[in-house]
Amino acid sequence: MGWYNKRLAKSLWVFHVSGSPCNNCDIEILDLITPAFDVERFGLKLVGSIRHADVLLVTGIFNQKIAPRIKKIYEQAPKPIFVVAVGTCMSGDCCFKDSYNKVKKREDIIPIDLYIPGCPPKPEAMIAGVVKLIGVLNG
Amino acid sequence: MIGWKIFYLLVFPGLLFTGVLGLIVGWVDRKLSARLQFRVGPPFFQNFNDFLKLLGKETIIVKDSIKSVFVATPLAAFGFLVLISTMIGLALFFHEGFVGDLFVIMYLLMIFSVLVILGGSSTGNVYSSIGSGREIKLLLADELAFILICLIPIIKSGYQIQLKNILEVQSVQGPFISSVSGAIAFVIGILCIQAKMTLPPFHIPEAETEIVGGPYMEYSGPLLAFWQLNHYMMFVIYPFLLIALFLGGFDLHGIGILWAVLKYLLIIVIMILIKNTNPRIRIDTALNFFWRYATPISFIGIILAVFGV
Ligand code: SF4
Repeated sequence: MGWYNKRLAKSLWVFHVSGSPCNNCDIEILDLITPAFDVERFGLKLVGSIRHADVLLVTGIFNQKIAPRIKKIYEQAPKPIFVVAVGTCMSGDCCFKDSYNKVKKREDIIPIDLYIPGCPPKPEAMIAGVVKLIGVLNG
Repeated sequence: MIGWKIFYLLVFPGLLFTGVLGLIVGWVDRKLSARLQFRVGPPFFQNFNDFLKLLGKETIIVKDSIKSVFVATPLAAFGFLVLISTMIGLALFFHEGFVGDLFVIMYLLMIFSVLVILGGSSTGNVYSSIGSGREIKLLLADELAFILICLIPIIKSGYQIQLKNILEVQSVQGPFISSVSGAIAFVIGILCIQAKMTLPPFHIPEAETEIVGGPYMEYSGPLLAFWQLNHYMMFVIYPFLLIALFLGGFDLHGIGILWAVLKYLLIIVIMILIKNTNPRIRIDTALNFFWRYATPISFIGIILAVFGV
């Protein structure tokens, strides 16, 4: 599978879904495709449909209402799919830690492969995270 | 004899040549678009990697879809494109063909659009159906103008309906683009190609930000890979057709090779420039444009061609 993983590492297509964030992380994610950071040089591309995606980018705490939908989106994705969690929200609840409606454990809903902390993380930090994923795939 | 035919179909100028050249030109498209937006752009083998990656992914056959149509359409479309590219390539590179091959090519190109429509509407997804509906409207818009501009070289070459003979007439008289009607037809032809390949500003059926990929939305894995490959193969087929009809084909001796590459690049670069400088238009604007302006202008072109201008 090594050969195929190398191909996969060179063309990760990203589908972005926001699971009740404060929306700042989503704005920062869009920075990644601007001329200053341009992740297309790594072969990353934002796609519009989950059926085309290799990476599921999630932001925010999952609240009770969005959790089943996230699960559904994950199940609709063609495997192999990697879940990248962007923001401190995903790794440590951040400013929503006392919310009454957040799910207890996000990992029960979908398996998460990579956390990128930061509130919001800088685009450089996100690129560093994605490059780590590429490095793991390349072995 | 039969061996050569298989070689033409599978290696040159058919499947392998068109596929590889298409993926390379697809890279030129992405790189140039990136440079126009002051980005760096993808590496050279990007499209090959995309294609190979998609081949290895899981294929999800949608539960609500008409399964046979869902699976068959991308593959059938691929087969038709290989056939078209072989026919155009045979006329361009080997000066071979049969009487009326130009009509067969026009007919098969239309079947490709029909297959996109079928594939999109077989998925049972609302957005895909909307995309298919838009594809039908776009086909209605550009088809008449496209057929009319294909008639102009036929008239100018003294009613030859074989690509080979059209090319021969051009090698004697000079390319048709040097005449008024030929130039009109070439310009309209590039716009029609833009619509037929659903490139911006005519990417109304796909509209990633609006109906998330339209007909291709539900496709995943190898089937999506074939749709992608089809798209890139059209980057070869349509420019080659225009070169054969208006720019006098390829002369593959000495300096002629350079000219051949330049002709091809000229059309590609014009297409990419139009693509990068225009936002998406509404479907009624597209219909308006083709029926009000492009089609009457190509009629005028035909009249001019009949009078030999
Ligand atoms: S991590 Fe911070 S910026 Fe990102 S969604 Fe959560 S609160 Fe907003």
